[in-house]
Amino acid sequence: MIRTDNLVFEYIRRDEEGNVEGITRAVDNVDLDVKPGQFIAILGHNGSGKSTLAKHFNALLYPTEGKVIVDGMDTSDGEYLWNIRQEAGMIFQNPDNQIIGQVVEEDVGFGPENMGVPTNEIWERVDESLRAVGMLDFRKSSPNHLSGGQKQRVSIAGVIAMHPKCIIMDEPTAMLDPNGRKDVIRAARALNTVEGITVILITHYMEEVIYADKVFVMDKGRVTMEGTPREIFSQVDKLKELRLGVPQVTLLAHELKKNGLPLPDGILTREELVEELKRIKNVANT
Amino acid sequence: MSLILDHVNYIYDEDTAMAHAALIDVNLQIPDGQFIGLIGHTGSGKSTLIQHLNGLETPTSGSVYFNGKDISDPDFNKKELRSKVGLVFQYPEHQLFEADCFKDVCFGPKNLGLPQKEVELRAYEALKMVGFDDEYFYQSPFELSGGQKRRVAIAGVIAMKPDVLILDEPTAGLDPKGREDILGLIKRLHDEMGITVILVSHSMDDVADYVERIIVMNKGRVAFDDIPVNVFAHYKELEEIGLAAPQVTYVMQELAKAGFPVDSKATTMEQAKNEILKAFGRC
Repeated sequence: MIRTDNLVFEYIRRDEEGNVEGITRAVDNVDLDVKPGQFIAILGHNGSGKSTLAKHFNALLYPTEGKVIVDGMDTSDGEYLWNIRQEAGMIFQNPDNQIIGQVVEEDVGFGPENMGVPTNEIWERVDESLRAVGMLDFRKSSPNHLSGGQKQRVSIAGVIAMHPKCIIMDEPTAMLDPNGRKDVIRAARALNTVEGITVILITHYMEEVIYADKVFVMDKGRVTMEGTPREIFSQVDKLKELRLGVPQVTLLAHELKKNGLPLPDGILTREELVEELKRIKNVANT
Repeated sequence: MSLILDHVNYIYDEDTAMAHAALIDVNLQIPDGQFIGLIGHTGSGKSTLIQHLNGLETPTSGSVYFNGKDISDPDFNKKELRSKVGLVFQYPEHQLFEADCFKDVCFGPKNLGLPQKEVELRAYEALKMVGFDDEYFYQSPFELSGGQKRRVAIAGVIAMKPDVLILDEPTAGLDPKGREDILGLIKRLHDEMGITVILVSHSMDDVADYVERIIVMNKGRVAFDDIPVNVFAHYKELEEIGLAAPQVTYVMQELAKAGFPVDSKATTMEQAKNEILKAFGRC
């Protein structure tokens, strides 16, 4: 679905007079291959290059070197620009920056309207998109009266209404409270499993990553780790070096293991931890 | 330097069709030197509450007393209150505006009318206090990373030498290491300066490790006000109001249910680890 070949992105830093101060390599030789229908997570500390990378996926930025191929289309080829933007939708961190309509349904209809979709079909798409994110009851509301999490789900509906094959979410939950965060992640997972849309989730919250098919960890513009959540979270110390953490349960299991309990690496959920501890106890008793 | 809230009610847009009660019968005492976590989901009234603590809002009815004086009193010196109760807003880095970091931190004490020398001394101390490197002092704040910007913004409030420091979601948008750094910094400010800290947060995991008291707001009322262990013992009620206890609390609850001899009330990683190791006879 999305492939990058030796992707490099550099930008030129300038001082106040516009003189060149230096060149920063924000993305450095990244090779990624995202298959259709996958749920991908990208982790990395502030400034590691994840957002710059994400902006290449729908041609908001173009590679300095290398290539980005979205569904067979090269993003550097201007001819495909609108097709790429329609197929790969993007959700940003701040919901207030993404909502333009006065009424929820109007906002969601904005995308397909711009694509020249016939009116009847726009309404169908608005209906199905709002239903998919659980916001159908709010279709006549003003976005001003919604919570952050609800606004973010309206933004997602706006992207779905364009019938994308892929959604890229750049820290969609950073500004939300725990409930809002849960609802947005639930909506993202439902889109992936029910509608089969490819999801690329960029986040700082380790708990949101445990259901992903694959995790990429970025540092200094490079992909330094990749694997399943279990493989990634088995490496607690390495993640800490990269200014990241692991889910609290994983950390607890890691600490217990260090103190001699025979637990496996990469425990992700509290159910797993409780089951493993029960198993150890039973072994000890027999 | 204590703050007391006595039957405080606050209604937005009173006498209009949009009237909405944001605080209902709030009674709180905030003595010197406590480290308090203030928790509640969006719209629970926690922001309205902290705005009462430094006089940005005054109660519709009831009273807020600062050092025994009613802040609604027309003679009350609100300027002094605001210099003593420092408020660090969400995303405080959006409020940086000066040409360099040092000047930005000077802005607060300068407005207090202090002599230039004192202003600069305080700014220097504050920047040191937040662990800010000398070499960045005269750099534009806009060229710093998110975590560094936030330090400068916090230093700007510290330079006012407040007795109470209130921080609204100080870790929002930071990566895990950045979160840990800022929380560690806040703890150090509390321990070294002996100031009262009120930490407003969504994250129970963050709060549980640091604070000695938790106030939970729900629909404008104080739902719980106790030490963390006692508050998290109500994890079921917390879930009903859209919050949750730290992950380890759930693990401990389930282990206790499965017959492990552990104290199900553990709320921090350390406690949980020690309890489990004890249950396995390894400690």
